Amino acid sequence: MSHHIVEVKGLQHTYADGTHALRGVSFRITHGESVAIVGANGAGKSTLILHLNGYLSPSAGTVRIGDIPLTKQTLPEIRRTVGMVFQDPDDQLFMPTVYEDAAFGPNNLGLPPEEVDNRVTQALLTVGVEHLKHKPPYRLSGGEKRRVAIASVLSMSPDILVMDEPTTGLDPLARRRLITLMKEFRHTKIFTSHDLDMVLDLCERTIVLHEGTVRADGPTLDIFSNEALLAECSLEKPLSMQGCPICGKSRS
Amino acid sequence: MTRNGSSFLDLNYLDILASGDTVIHRIDPRAKVLATALFIIFVVSSGKYEVSSLLPFFFFPVILISLGRLPTRYILLKILFLSPFILFVGIFNPLLDTAPMLHYGTFSLSGGWVSFFSMIIRFILTVGSAFILIATTGFSQICAALEKMGMPKTFAIQLLFLYRYIFVLGNEVLRVSRARELRSFGNRGKELGVFGSIAGTLLLRTWDRAQRIHMAMLCRGFRGEFHFRRPCRIGKAEVVFLACWTSFFALCRMVDIPALMGRFISGVIR
Ligand SMILES: Nc1ncnc2c1ncn2[C@@H]1O[C@H](COP(=O)(O)OP(=O)(O)O)[C@@H](O)[C@H]1O
Ligand SMILES: [Mg+2]
Repeated sequence: MSHHIVEVKGLQHTYADGTHALRGVSFRITHGESVAIVGANGAGKSTLILHLNGYLSPSAGTVRIGDIPLTKQTLPEIRRTVGMVFQDPDDQLFMPTVYEDAAFGPNNLGLPPEEVDNRVTQALLTVGVEHLKHKPPYRLSGGEKRRVAIASVLSMSPDILVMDEPTTGLDPLARRRLITLMKEFRHTKIFTSHDLDMVLDLCERTIVLHEGTVRADGPTLDIFSNEALLAECSLEKPLSMQGCPICGKSRS
Repeated sequence: MTRNGSSFLDLNYLDILASGDTVIHRIDPRAKVLATALFIIFVVSSGKYEVSSLLPFFFFPVILISLGRLPTRYILLKILFLSPFILFVGIFNPLLDTAPMLHYGTFSLSGGWVSFFSMIIRFILTVGSAFILIATTGFSQICAALEKMGMPKTFAIQLLFLYRYIFVLGNEVLRVSRARELRSFGNRGKELGVFGSIAGTLLLRTWDRAQRIHMAMLCRGFRGEFHFRRPCRIGKAEVVFLACWTSFFALCRMVDIPALMGRFISGVIR
């Protein structure tokens, strides 16, 4: 299924104020892969992600989703394929109730009402927030909001799920539940994260961004074992890979 | 300033009420928008010194609230919340217009006071009916109806965004003023300059957030189309609804019902 391939070639982006946020990023993510994009603050992760569904347009380079190059004409198709969960769920949940929020996407796809209802119910069940469907999103806890935000994207049945820092601001339990939830998806998944333990748990592959370029791209374990690389990119080994502080023995 | 930090958003509660399912909720949004618009026109255009002839108009909100099963207390509170504006606008009437108008024995009421009461009644009626419209229809449905009735799509969308962003702005105001309050001790930090920079920050933050919300809408396939919650259709119920209210409003306007009833009752007693 070539549908779920994400291919980025020589991507550059310069913001209006002259900030050179991406300086030639290339990678190819194939169907069903689960990939983490890590890097220090300001490395360009969010900027990169916003190109994947055409919110930002490249200053140079191309983005292809499946067989479709990203252009103005293909934008609606791309946005249906790529589901994007933002860093701050408050930005994403703008409808008066959870149900309506999850129905917003399918409605825009022009689906018939029964199909919309089906999809919404299914999405809410998947993330376990069915019981909240008549509540206003702003009254939910952080973890619940995040789940609803995910449901509102799942209801569009995207082929590729993109999430910007999904575990930021979650308590340990909510974080754990989110990770479990993510593991169940068979979609192509792309995350940005500072939560390297989650990355280790979820992603076989990691792309390290550093000052707008790809500094490393490979199996997660290899990358996290390369201490020189991590230090250079202001990252820290996941706790689960660090030696035990009490007995001094390394676990891996 | 409100302390619980949620009162602005609480207006969203109106939209939540709109997901109800009563006779009133099921009426086509267009019929409700038209009826409310007519209602507001009739109420606003009645004479400056009308008081008693306005009273029958309360029939409209009362019927809609009870059939639509809306929480009366909540709606009253929301009207109260906005009332300082009208008090401010109308409070000078009694001072400017002192010619006596009504006489009850030795007690007489000036024209200013009468027009002030009339203004308050008209305010309650119009604001209340607007709230009721939102609570039984939902703002997005109202915009959808306006578009369907011929308002240019761009305007309808602007209206929808305006409504969304007013809440966004309201919330930013709450957050920023709380941040200021927590870091200023007593009365310090209340200089005009501080408020100037707070206003600037607020505008930027609101702009930012509005942009991110717009982005989220685009990412979920928003292309400026409106969607009706229920299949919309002008049927018998809509025609009856509109016809009844229109004739009722016209009747209220042409005949001063309370005065008529007063005369009738005093006639019976005599
Ligand atoms: N809207 C913007 N206008 C100008 N510069 C921006 C904008 N958004 C981000 N930047 C800059 O682009 C760089 C990359 O930012 P971002 O992609 O948000 O980083 P990350 O998500 O990895 O922390 C940063 O230097 C940031 O200051
Ligand atoms: Mg970021």
